[in-house]
Amino acid sequence: MNTTPKRDGYDIVVIGAGPAGLAATMIAAEAGLSTLLLDENAGPGGQVWRAIASTPVTERDRLGADYWAGADLVQAVRASGAEIIQRATVWSLDRHLEVGVSVGGVSAFVKARRVILATGALERPFPIPGWTLPGVMTAGAAQTMLKSSGLVPDGRTVIAGQGPLLWLLAAQILRLGGRIDRILDTTERRNYLAALPHAFAFVTSPYFAKGLALMKEVRANVPVVTGVSELAAAGDGRLATVTYAAGGGRETISAQLLLLHQGVVPNVNLAMAAGIEHRWDDLQLCWSPVLDRDGSTSVEGIAIAGDGAGIGGAGAAVIRGRIAARAAVEALAPTAAAKLTSMATLRTGLVQAERGRAFLDTLFRPARQFRIPAGDTIVCRCEEITAKDILDAVAIGATGPNQLKAYRRTGMGPCQGRLCGLTVTELMAQARSKSPQEIGYYRLRAPVKPITLAELAAVPKTEADVQAVVRG
Amino acid sequence: MFKRSDQDSRRSVHIVVDGAAVEAREGDMVSAALLASGRDVRRATAVSGAPRLPYCMMGVCFDCLVTIDGVGNRQGCLVPVAEGMQIEIQKGKREIGR
Repeated sequence: MNTTPKRDGYDIVVIGAGPAGLAATMIAAEAGLSTLLLDENAGPGGQVWRAIASTPVTERDRLGADYWAGADLVQAVRASGAEIIQRATVWSLDRHLEVGVSVGGVSAFVKARRVILATGALERPFPIPGWTLPGVMTAGAAQTMLKSSGLVPDGRTVIAGQGPLLWLLAAQILRLGGRIDRILDTTERRNYLAALPHAFAFVTSPYFAKGLALMKEVRANVPVVTGVSELAAAGDGRLATVTYAAGGGRETISAQLLLLHQGVVPNVNLAMAAGIEHRWDDLQLCWSPVLDRDGSTSVEGIAIAGDGAGIGGAGAAVIRGRIAARAAVEALAPTAAAKLTSMATLRTGLVQAERGRAFLDTLFRPARQFRIPAGDTIVCRCEEITAKDILDAVAIGATGPNQLKAYRRTGMGPCQGRLCGLTVTELMAQARSKSPQEIGYYRLRAPVKPITLAELAAVPKTEADVQAVVRG
Repeated sequence: MFKRSDQDSRRSVHIVVDGAAVEAREGDMVSAALLASGRDVRRATAVSGAPRLPYCMMGVCFDCLVTIDGVGNRQGCLVPVAEGMQIEIQKGKREIGR
């Protein structure tokens, strides 16, 4: 299973085996198209259904029904005839729909007639003082270890931030016998008022009852502090204390583990490197691709589905995956498309699945102080560049993220801006009194994940490839 | 920092971390096995030598970089453990030839 693709061309290449990618693969393979599904993880499921085929957590109520909802789809995709390669890192995609993929240290290129990007989301950077200390992790990191290895926190643990994932994770940790000493809720009080106009759609959505039950379950077992600001982690070489302000006072508590979360944002690296146009989203405070209603991008033949298309959650991701795949089938095999669920039905389902999202986006809009740090707080974890470093660069002429690279190397480390890009854009926008859209983002290029020069040099070459670069 | 759930009945896999035997479970990613081991598995950054542990566990932050079977700069959160795997906590940048 763990080898490079069997063929050099496919009708459809799907990148990412989360809800959107699995759903898209299912439709494409069922329609009889040659379909390749490439995924970086050891097993299918993406983040939300991580390790669904291998989790040691077998008692179903521990992880919850939304987790197990993915099991049937994974089974169906495995039986669909699609070629599935796990631990496959896609590091290149271009306008000619050529996909560069690394599997087991060997790279290959495959051509696609259509590409569906389902690269999902990552957690929004949470740049507080001390966030690089050992012992500070994302909530998603803890959830990943919980799902795939049955690991739960057992030292003094603090969870800080906001959003649905935070409450779900807390409930899962408690159900598995893990320890949480305190939850620090950073939701801004004014967000409750701002979210009010969207409340009706939310209370009539499935999110409402689920969210309420989770919060009740967690609050019965863990002290929760609301209205938290000025969050900071400190320690000598590892996390020792967490300090915060709430209710007019400041408090410092000891902690071995601090789990941070303030929502998720599209993972844009591969899409941007392919030249797909993105726009700043003022509600979700991130870059989102410019898409038509089928998920098609500004690059002919490439569609984006799932949270990479703008955060919508797992239910919406499945439907966006189906819509993108159906559109591809319509283009490549119209007769097969006639047998699929109609586009109108899928679109109605999508509206239903997205119900309540505007409320969540508004209520859990992260506070400015947790998006735009100051002083000695590290912004770029790879190159260890602080907010002050960046403001100093702006003061002597750096105009945007790409100029800043020349000044401070931000975004040029191995994570390629994934953990600093949004912060850099917003910080520079604020410093220069511009909008994030005007300031822009890093120009991303392949390889979007580091590969060795030896691996690149070993890619099979034709005589023409060699002639093209040989002199004389 | 982390403990294993008593639901976990996966088979043991034995890895070697800086010369010491460590028990992991089949299907663990290297980073998860390291964090579960209770050992000091902090790496040192290439830029300043600051200590770090994995941050995202999903392949995006690169704070889990580790030397696996003699190859440096591997993302430990994306590599499953295997019997006899040799892990070295990477202190600083990758060495030439490894």
